[in-house]
Amino acid sequence: MSVNYFLTEEQQMIVELCRQIAEEKIVPVRAELDRNEEFPWEIMKDLAQADLFGLYIPEEYGGLGGGTFENCLAVEQLAWGCIGVTTTFAASALGGYPILLFGSKEQKERYLPDVAAGKKLVAFGLTEAGAGSDAAAIKTTAVDAGDHWVINGTKQWITNGGEAEIYTIIAMTDKHKGARGASAFILEKGDEGFSFGKKEKKMGLRASSTRELIFNECRIPKDRLLGRRGQGFIVAMRTLDLARPGIGAIGVGLAQAALDESVKYAKERVQFGQPIISFQAIQHMLADMATEIEASRALVYAVARTIDGGVKNFSKLSAMSKLFPTDVAMKVTTDAVQVLGGYGYMQEYPVEKMMRDAKILQIYEGTNQIQKNVIAQALNKEYAAK
Amino acid sequence: MNIIVCIKQVPDAASVKWDREKGTLIRDGVKSVINPFDYNAIEAALQVRDELGGTVTAVTMGPPQAEEAIREAISLGVDQGVVVSDRAFAGADTLATTYTLSKAIEKLGGADLVFCGKQAIDGDTAQVGPGLSVRLGIPCVTCIGDMEVLEGGKGLRVKRMNEFGYDLVEVEFPALFTTIASLNTPRVPSLKGKMRAKKAKIPVWTAEDIGADPDRIGLKGSPTQVASTYIPTFEARKEMLEGSPEEQVEALVERLKGAGIL
Amino acid sequence: MISVDKELCSGCGVCPDVCSYGAISLVGDTAQVDLDKCTLCGTCAENCPADAITIEREETGSAAELDQWRGVWVFAEFRNGEYAPVVFELLGKGRELADALGEELCAVAIGSGSRDQAEVLGNAGADRVLVADSPELEGFSEDVWARILSRLASEQKPEVILAGATSMGRAFLPQVATMLETGLTADCTQLEIRAEDRALLQTRPAFGGNLLATIVCPNHRPQMATVRPNVFRAPSMDFEDSGNSGRQIEIDEIELSPEDLKSGVRVVERKVEDLQGPDLANSQVIVTAGRGIGSEDNLKALEQLANCLEGAVGATRAITDAGWISHHHQIGQTGATVAPKLYLGFGVSGAIQHLVGMQGSEIIVAVNKDPDAPIFDVATYGIVGDVHEILQLLLQRICKGAGQTGG
Repeated sequence: MSVNYFLTEEQQMIVELCRQIAEEKIVPVRAELDRNEEFPWEIMKDLAQADLFGLYIPEEYGGLGGGTFENCLAVEQLAWGCIGVTTTFAASALGGYPILLFGSKEQKERYLPDVAAGKKLVAFGLTEAGAGSDAAAIKTTAVDAGDHWVINGTKQWITNGGEAEIYTIIAMTDKHKGARGASAFILEKGDEGFSFGKKEKKMGLRASSTRELIFNECRIPKDRLLGRRGQGFIVAMRTLDLARPGIGAIGVGLAQAALDESVKYAKERVQFGQPIISFQAIQHMLADMATEIEASRALVYAVARTIDGGVKNFSKLSAMSKLFPTDVAMKVTTDAVQVLGGYGYMQEYPVEKMMRDAKILQIYEGTNQIQKNVIAQALNKEYAAK
Repeated sequence: MNIIVCIKQVPDAASVKWDREKGTLIRDGVKSVINPFDYNAIEAALQVRDELGGTVTAVTMGPPQAEEAIREAISLGVDQGVVVSDRAFAGADTLATTYTLSKAIEKLGGADLVFCGKQAIDGDTAQVGPGLSVRLGIPCVTCIGDMEVLEGGKGLRVKRMNEFGYDLVEVEFPALFTTIASLNTPRVPSLKGKMRAKKAKIPVWTAEDIGADPDRIGLKGSPTQVASTYIPTFEARKEMLEGSPEEQVEALVERLKGAGIL
Repeated sequence: MISVDKELCSGCGVCPDVCSYGAISLVGDTAQVDLDKCTLCGTCAENCPADAITIEREETGSAAELDQWRGVWVFAEFRNGEYAPVVFELLGKGRELADALGEELCAVAIGSGSRDQAEVLGNAGADRVLVADSPELEGFSEDVWARILSRLASEQKPEVILAGATSMGRAFLPQVATMLETGLTADCTQLEIRAEDRALLQTRPAFGGNLLATIVCPNHRPQMATVRPNVFRAPSMDFEDSGNSGRQIEIDEIELSPEDLKSGVRVVERKVEDLQGPDLANSQVIVTAGRGIGSEDNLKALEQLANCLEGAVGATRAITDAGWISHHHQIGQTGATVAPKLYLGFGVSGAIQHLVGMQGSEIIVAVNKDPDAPIFDVATYGIVGDVHEILQLLLQRICKGAGQTGG
């Protein structure tokens, strides 16, 4: 018996469709993609064909008009197959949110239909070598040169870098204003002075492409400014707030896959004359895994629905919905390797990759320590107000 | 361009268990799915439509619940579908089936292009496609493993796979082709397609609706009859060869010699 | 239509059990048929101890009309400059059937160059050969072949037409049957004549070989069947002991009009591919690799074994999908159906999708480390053991001079 989350018919369809894609298209190739560090273009085409890139985009721009919850349902199922592939998909939404949230009508009309159709991938560029958790330390600059902007600097570890056609980035326009001196811009692959650095070698998430974005006297037209000048950090924070439940959902999907493998194995594996699932040591591990996964899922769904309900300030909830499920995913995948024992450590079985992949979830889109900061700051404010 | 794809609902081979003692299928939990080769037919039809325009209509003959197969086809991008269903069709062999399908296609206004899966995995006859082409009076090429649209969209150039390799064959429309797995990779459904499939009205046509001659459908229209069925007997089946690996291999070699193979 | 006589039905429960379609259930004490599921196959009626089930079939063909159809025809598939092996197998069987009927056996050859070699058909047992030979019959066109064969059949009225269940036979025989409005049974594995009514009993596997169904075509002629290659034995072609030497055979060349040769199917190129080793359909021995084969080294050892058994290499989908061997070698639901004399499966677990493609094999040998692998349920001989070890031992035992390969 599984928990009834009272999904609508359409939400149920999203779940079924994404599960089908995970089973038929992702699982059969995931080990190979991981081994070869291969960008999953074929699967991106399948996701485009399935209309999934338009999930969160309003119907007027060719999307399906879904919300955070629908997005979470989709990535959870895809992540059940492979989170490297899912991150590639989800990063496109991360890059698209700034346009959706802050773009002018012209910008939306220009970019969103192609994004919704899956014709163009998007990437989001915030992180730099010296600006990780401390986002205000970014060094990339954008200078107003009359009829165009000139951008200089380097973004680091950008998911979909080099593969995406559209980039939303944050650059400093007024250094002296500190956090209020940042602005958001839209860049296109092929813009003059815009190139890509090396592709990173990673512990996990190896199907996704992680690269530097290099801006060397990069000239872009004036109309690429996204939102108002000086609004850059608000754009970044709003985007991340909206995206974090999705990262939690990826954790749920990954953990669920690890549990599924663990239970399947524990039922088949015979030691001391009986399947190892009959041993309490294994049973308790599986019970903890299952319970924590369900709690994660309930949290992600509840937060996503709250956001879709139209609340204004949801930084705390959003941070919680990333923090807990991703910690659970790390723990569950580690335990899955333990349940499978020596086999779990071998690349022949999928849990080894799951454990390697899981680690990134505690790091990217704000480390889990940063999530705790966000939650604690919100608590501080809430209690002061009372 | 009027493109028809003929599909069939079959028991999912993965979920079918067989009771060897009784010689019956264990039907509990057996799902009905679209015949695997038909997915390639659907994909081929969609590809041609996407290139040349037109409408893809899925046609299936079967019990009323075969409408699930049509809905799935619509979720994949097929424009519309129809279930041809009537108790009078029961017992149809391939001759009666091709007649029935041809009457349905006639009611649909004929076809410029028809795709069928090479064969259904429950019947394995591979006869409906070629038979149907005769009913429709159009050429047929079976087992196509590759295809491209001819210059000017007049027809298809296909690889007709055979035991030795393939023949490259050109056929102008109207024509019928039967598809095999290596032809293409069937697409996944789309969300919009799934929503459309959910809402779609799927007409169910009876023998009368398609103007079928009662003498040419179902059991009456079927020259072949099942005289008897029986369970193949495998005498002395399943002998496990025990012992050390050397002994096992020795025992096997002995038995194969005994059977005159070695 | 099917009906159950409520008076006669004892509610014994036999019919729900024998129904392969799950169409019969007991309601109270009487059998009830779900007409949406029933295919009117007749198994229930045949098994009913009380004769309570009847299936009404209307007799349409008149005996006198059917009686005009006489003789057995074998389609002599001519391709790449030679007659297909299955033709001789069919002539061997066709001879038996023709003798049982007391009629002639006629081979029908279509194709460019088929005339020159037509005598061999006589050597294999044909009394008469009909040849349609024209340079224009170089590439195979379904519509032309179907038109010629159906025209000849409607003119000369044979009572039986057999063809190989090859890609060619399966492509155009259904067209011929439809043109003649008669029945065609695909992929037969047994054929015999029922003496009392001269009916051709055509037996074919159903449900992936789990069941054998015997099909008849009582009211229509000709009775047509395609037959799997390698099922029947080809007669000895040795002139000394075949009894066919010096036999007078009649060779009739068919006049072909331009109308006969008109085709909507244009063959622009013919490609004969270099297959890796003997092909599956024509091999008496098939050595098959499954997922449990483990390494490509073991696959090489397996190929070596196939080689010295003069057999073909088969594979499950997992192996072909992994790219270890081409899809030509795939056996199963989405690959080839095979029925060799000997099937050897190494590391094949026996998923139903694979089983449906090989269950017809005469002797099935399974080697797998998992004693519960479903393949053992259909295996004639099973060996639970390490694939690598068993392969190496077999190589040493069977193949002279074969040593340890690849560790």
